[in-house]
Amino acid sequence: MPADERQDPEQPGQPDERPTPIRVLIAKPGLDGHDRGAKVLARGLRDEGFEVIYTGLRQTPEMIADAAEQEDVDVVGLSILSGAHMALLPRVVELLRAKGMDDVLVAAGGIIPDADLAALREAGIAEIFGPGTSIGQIARYFRERARRPG
Amino acid sequence: MSDPGSLLEAARTGDRRALGRLLTIIENQDPTLRPILPRLFAAGRGAHLIGITGPPGSGKSTLVSALTRALRDRGRRVGIIAVDPSSPYTRGAIMGDRIRMMEHSADRDVFMRSMASRGELGGLAATTWQAVAALDAAAYDPILIETVGAGQSEVEIAGLAETTVVVEAPEMGDEVQAIKAGLLEVADIVAVNKGDRPAAQQSARYLRAMLSTAGGRVGRTPAPVILTTATTGEGIDRLIEAIERHTREARSPEQSRARAVNQLRRALAELAQRRAVAHGAWLTSVEAVAERRLDPITAAERLLGS
Repeated sequence: MPADERQDPEQPGQPDERPTPIRVLIAKPGLDGHDRGAKVLARGLRDEGFEVIYTGLRQTPEMIADAAEQEDVDVVGLSILSGAHMALLPRVVELLRAKGMDDVLVAAGGIIPDADLAALREAGIAEIFGPGTSIGQIARYFRERARRPG
Repeated sequence: MSDPGSLLEAARTGDRRALGRLLTIIENQDPTLRPILPRLFAAGRGAHLIGITGPPGSGKSTLVSALTRALRDRGRRVGIIAVDPSSPYTRGAIMGDRIRMMEHSADRDVFMRSMASRGELGGLAATTWQAVAALDAAAYDPILIETVGAGQSEVEIAGLAETTVVVEAPEMGDEVQAIKAGLLEVADIVAVNKGDRPAAQQSARYLRAMLSTAGGRVGRTPAPVILTTATTGEGIDRLIEAIERHTREARSPEQSRARAVNQLRRALAELAQRRAVAHGAWLTSVEAVAERRLDPITAAERLLGS
């Protein structure tokens, strides 16, 4: 986009040939009220060059899937600390598939016991990032695995 | 089904997934978009385009949500484009406008799309006007366009929207702020939001007194100042009435021509930039200007072949 290259302090005067930013929806399904982690991740992904749509707390799977559809995101990142992950996360994947959004990468983060990981992967959650994961790791994973926009 | 032509047809018959994908193609200015742009604009149904602008934190998103609720009560299908700033360093962005829109997220008659400004400085993204055309083709009416949090001179919205609502919060400044050129000048309606704050009445009085002297808006009626409390819905009906009253003025031949001029200027600027950057002599021209061997005006003229 010509307009970008004028503004971009990294490459002044060069046509911008970097790929279009990847769009990521960060959502908190269910009833837990702690979104510091989700906000830190949103901010970190912003700094990694992603376009992040943050939807706020207490989202139902239906709200998340509808937002993903309208925003046409490449990645849905679900943050959950409440323990309701087995009920809520597979439901998000189901709803996205029902909308024909099979190619959207769905990943999760938060407090999820190891015993549940296999079942969640089976249900279509591509990756689960536990405590201690760096933002760089998540950004790298999204870049490698997200469908290209457009 | 991923070519823009089929997406446009599907979006026109209510397919929200198709509309979402079409908006991405527009936002990315994918080369496949160009052939369908005439059809996209021809498919427009003439939705009322309402701009919502104002400083960061004045309550634009909350007001958009309250307006949406009231418009839904009136049976309207509401389209929303919310623009947030992109980082000039990383091109990343955080778009948080959906947080205030939660209550509408599962409503099939509300379609909301967040857009990052991607390097544009006027308060909108370069492709917002085309995204608005897509929502119009998909029969959303009105379409609310929420700008980046605006300072004093991000006035691009006035060239796109038919009715521009400037949202101010109380205690944002004195009478002199109200008579400065810029944002308030482009207001067709001023909403003083957070009307439950003690200073709200006073702010509304300042604004009314100053705007009624009509300054820059020669020959136009002074913008009404309406007190709103978006969180409770107070004043929202009055705001909608003011917006509806403004429709006729907004659609006068002069106003329509002014918007057409703006659209053409934008299209021309984008076309000229695209041509120049694609020109074989682009990089050598940049070098020549950087080394002061050539002035930028002459370089631009040569790149456009004049």
